[in-house]
Formats: sequence, C-alpha cells, structure tokens
Amino acid sequence: MNMARALNDALAVALAEDERVVLLGEDIGRTGGVFRVTDGLQERFGEHRVVDTPVAESGIVGAAFGMAVAGLRPVVEIQFLGFSYPAYDQIVSHVGRIRNRSNHRFTAPMVIRIPFGGGIGAAEHHSESSEAIYAHTPGIKVVAPGTPAAAKGLLLAAIEDPDPVVFLEPIRVYRAIKEEVPEGRYTFPIGVAEVVRAGSDVTLVAYGAMLRDALQAAGALEGDGVSAEVIDLRTLAPLDAATVVASAQKTGRVVAISEGHRTVGIASEIAALVQERALYSLLAPVERVTGWDTVVPLKRTERHHIPGVGRIVAAVRRTLED
Amino acid sequence: MEPVRILDFDGRLLGESPLGVEEIRRLFAAMVTARAYDHKASALQLQGRLATYAQFEGQEAVQVGGAAALRPDDWLVATYRDAAAMWMQGYPWDGLFLGRMGDERGGSPPPGVNVLPPSITVGAHMIHAVGLGWAERLRGSDRVAMTFFGDGATSEGDFHEAMNFAGVYRTPTVFVCENNGWAISMSRDRQTASETIAQKADAYGMPGVLVDGNDLLAMFAVARDAVGRARRGEGATLIEALTHRMGAHTTADDAGRYRAEETLDEWRLRDPVDRVRRHLQATEAWSEAWEHDVVSTAAAEIEAAVARAEGLAPFGPGAAFDRTYARPTTDLEAQRTALLRDLGGEG
Repeated sequence: MNMARALNDALAVALAEDERVVLLGEDIGRTGGVFRVTDGLQERFGEHRVVDTPVAESGIVGAAFGMAVAGLRPVVEIQFLGFSYPAYDQIVSHVGRIRNRSNHRFTAPMVIRIPFGGGIGAAEHHSESSEAIYAHTPGIKVVAPGTPAAAKGLLLAAIEDPDPVVFLEPIRVYRAIKEEVPEGRYTFPIGVAEVVRAGSDVTLVAYGAMLRDALQAAGALEGDGVSAEVIDLRTLAPLDAATVVASAQKTGRVVAISEGHRTVGIASEIAALVQERALYSLLAPVERVTGWDTVVPLKRTERHHIPGVGRIVAAVRRTLED
Repeated sequence: MEPVRILDFDGRLLGESPLGVEEIRRLFAAMVTARAYDHKASALQLQGRLATYAQFEGQEAVQVGGAAALRPDDWLVATYRDAAAMWMQGYPWDGLFLGRMGDERGGSPPPGVNVLPPSITVGAHMIHAVGLGWAERLRGSDRVAMTFFGDGATSEGDFHEAMNFAGVYRTPTVFVCENNGWAISMSRDRQTASETIAQKADAYGMPGVLVDGNDLLAMFAVARDAVGRARRGEGATLIEALTHRMGAHTTADDAGRYRAEETLDEWRLRDPVDRVRRHLQATEAWSEAWEHDVVSTAAAEIEAAVARAEGLAPFGPGAAFDRTYARPTTDLEAQRTALLRDLGGEG
C-alpha cells in the first residue's frame, strides 16, 4: 500500500469509528483532493462529514477551530504547504494558543494535513518545505511521516491527540513507496523517533521524503565499509531528543538532513541538541544537509535545491575525514 | 437604509416594545452594572492595578440587548471591548478583570459558560463563531453562536471568509457589528466605501439589519429575530448596530488627537442608559430610590469581583509550561527546570 492509500485508510478508520471526526478542505469531496488522499470518503461518509469548502485557507482553519472547541475532531486538508500561509494567523494566534489563553478551559484538538516538499516539478509555491515555521510555534505539534505504515499510525494518533497537530505529508513519497500497512486501527506515538537502520559510524537524522534518500545513502555507504545509523524523526515538534542524542553518543558523528531552508531549520535544531547533550562524544562537527536559503527553484533546477543521496554521502565523508 | 428604532431619544416608544417592564428594568440594571465595571476598570488602570483597558462606555445597549437574546447555553465569541456582552452570557466580572490584570485564568470562564476568552487580534474570531455553530448543527443541537466585532474588523479579510462560510453553509451565526464610529483613530468612512456595513450581508446571501445600537429595545428585537432565524435553521444574519465609543480606543490612546470633543455632545443625547431611564420614568416603573439601589448593588458586585481577582495569588514562574499542551513535553519540562534553576530558588 502506498502512502496516499494508507492515509486514506487512516481517515476511513477515523470517520467510521469516531462520529466527531469531520473532514474539511478544498476539493476533498467529489474529486478526493488534489492528491486523492480523501478519494471515496465523501461518497462513503456523506457531504456533512467530508466537506468541500470555499477556497479560503484561513476560513477553513478558523471554522475547524470553532468546531474543535465545540467538541468535534476536524481534520483539515490544505492543498500545499505554500498555501497554508493565509491560515498562518489562525494556526499561530488561535489554534496553538486557546489552551494557554483559557488555561485549559477550551482546547482545539484538530489536525491540519498539508502536503509538503518538492520533487514533482510543480508550479511555484507548490514545493515548499517551510515546516520549521510551524515547529517554532508553541501549542501545536508537527508530524512528518516518511513511510506509508508510519503515515497511517501517526495520522490516527494525531486525530486522537488532545492538542492540535500540523501533519505534513511528503508529496513525492505519496505514490513512490509501497509497503505492508496493517489493517484497521493502530497508532504510532507522536514525539517518538525511530531508529530505522542500526549502524555504528555515523547517524543520519531525516524525516519526510528525505528519509528515503538517507536510507539509500546508508546503503551506498555500506558498500564502502561505513556503517550508518538512520533515524526517522517522524515528529518535528516535540523533537525526540533522547533518541537522537543516544545515537550521537554511540556513533560520534551526526548528519542532520532536511529539505527545508538551512537557516533556523530542523537540521539546525538537531545540531544544537547534539552540541548541548553529546558534544564530548563527537568525533566530527555536525553536518547539515539541507535546502538552501533561496526560494525553491522551479522544475528545471529544483534538483539542485533538494538534497539527494550524493550530498548526504559527501557530508558523511566529511565527518569521516581526519 | 433607516436604522430600526423602538425608543426615541427621549425614551418614548415608537412601536411595540419587545420586552415587558420587568425585563426592561432588569436590562437597565445590567447596563448600569456594565458601566460600573467599565468605570472601575479605567480607574484601576490609572492606579496601575490593571493593564491597558479598552472602554466600552456608550455601547452598553448593543452588548446587553444583543446578548439578552441568547439562551444560556448558546456560544458567544467577542472582543476585548465586549465585557458587557460576555458577562450577560455568564462570564464572571472577576474573570474579565483577571484577564486585564494579566492572568491567563481570566480566559477561563466556569464550566457551562460557552463564551470564549475575548479576541485580542482584530477580525480572526468571527469565523470561530461560524465553526462553533456549524459543529452544534452537525451534532443535532439547536445552539447558536453570536459574535461581536467592530467596524474596523469588517476591513479584515477574515470578515469576508466568515460571512462567506456562514452564507454557504447557512450556519446558525449572528454577526453583530458594533459600528462605534472609530477604529482607533480611523473613522468609519475610511474603513469602507459602502453606505452601510449592513448592506454587505447582501453579497453573502443573508439578511443585513441596521439598528440604532443605543436603543436597548431595538437592539434586543433585532437580535431576538436573528437568533430565532439561526435556531430554526434559516441561517446567519448580519446586524449593524450604530453606536459610539465615548471613550478612547484604550487607556493608552488619546482620542483628542483625532476626534473633536463636540462630536460627543450629540452622542451624549443618545446615551443608551439615559434613554431607558427616561422610558421607565414615563411609565412610572422607575424611582430614584430604585435606581439608587441598582447603582449601589452594581458597585458592590464590581468591588467584590475586583477583590476576588486581586485576591488570587499569581501563577508560579513555571506555570506556562503546564498550559501549552495537555501534558508538558519532555523538552518543556527541561525548560521549566532550567528556568527554575536560573531563578535560583526564587520560584
């Protein structure tokens, strides 16, 4: 099952088991969403629970916020991360704050699903990887799965979570990876990273679409006798520092990988954490392999922006130099 | 478009009263109490016991008359200038004081009071009322949601999105625009080229009503009709209440920089409290002793609320970490420990 299918399965499970779950978004009903993640759900659960909305991201998130406060569990779809900015005020000023500003009296348990990242040669604004903005925001959690099984388990966990979750789905992975996905309800814990490949020489920390590149890089390095451990972060906020730090202490070398912009990014946060808690275990400076601090280039040169296996392997080699 | 008016400036009935005498006396007392809160809050601010405060004097009839049309379990989503409406719907005065004293517990009304803490940003909260009412309808309840906002908020894009969603989904929402003439220093004619704000409702497929917001009876009547429509599943209504902010934008503002003092004279003649008093006097439902009693009861109620708010010990320095998520994350716990360590036991 691919990731789009696994997410669809998670939403179907949630809609079937919990009558509080409502889906809202642009084109999610009749057409099943721009990436077909909600395919068939309106037909199955009705237009009152799978709601096609006007083109108004702030309105969608704001209305879902009201629904969540009133006791529903809305799951919103924003079509692309670059289209989430009109809703940014609602997310930062209201969704992430109502628990604090009402001292727990009102809460907004809701999920905002957003496809993110590039690699499909889309139009401008369709390839953003600005997840650090949301990870920087108090009161919300940010989840970014890299595989179909994790996507389903994490989405079901996000819908159950008492706090709002921005749920980022890697666009170029939607249909690129297939794996066994368990049937029915199961959850993966939010805030817990997973060591998806054990190794001893270097730790590769990745998430979302970059997980696949990190694993390929680890495979390539193995041929050269380098044993790379790969961590799938899965949750960007709150970060699972313990898993990252334990691995850094074991391998002594860390390469933090993110498609997002370099400065004040997720990879920067990994580097800071490792520096604070594992400095004396380090055998080399932490390397960051990231997108650049430029606007994501359009199709013809996009590949120079998104880190690939080559840049990851090169970074690992730098950590191995004397 | 002529505003709906039931009481003329002298308190004479121009039509049938939507309320009996006892109800009018009750709402008169509510307006007097709200004004006592407003004056007390301004005084506390001057004494440094309250942070910046946004006065609502002159707007009591909009808020009291509007909220009086709600059922106790209906939702209310309002702004920092709407303490009277919030209190009418069950939000305690001490909670309102606490919020302005800088304590998050002021944002936490008692269980069963369906009033969100006041919106501080302008305009983003109207869509919340749409979502709240929509959720109630999806769950089969007939609760409605009322939202208060100023004329300045109608310039925000979020006003459009809220009105549009309410129109498309026919949500049980009552939009109450308190057109008080000013958005800080900008007058209403610089916010929109529309002749009225009420007419904007046309574009969203819902009725728009213009009302004299300083007329308690007219305000109650139009709000009652709008709440009724919403409850019956007939959709949203936009009410534009014409009123005036007699004070400055906040205690940090100086209205003398942009508003001529003379313009207030005309509005003093339309004062919402005086108007109802004249009406009650004409119907012999008023006596000096009764009003004296209302005023002293209000003062005592407000003083007691101040005492309750000021009597609550402040949060400890680590409390913010407890209210960010349902449970603090591991990293927030570490941050709390770091803060308390840096405070060196002072926390």
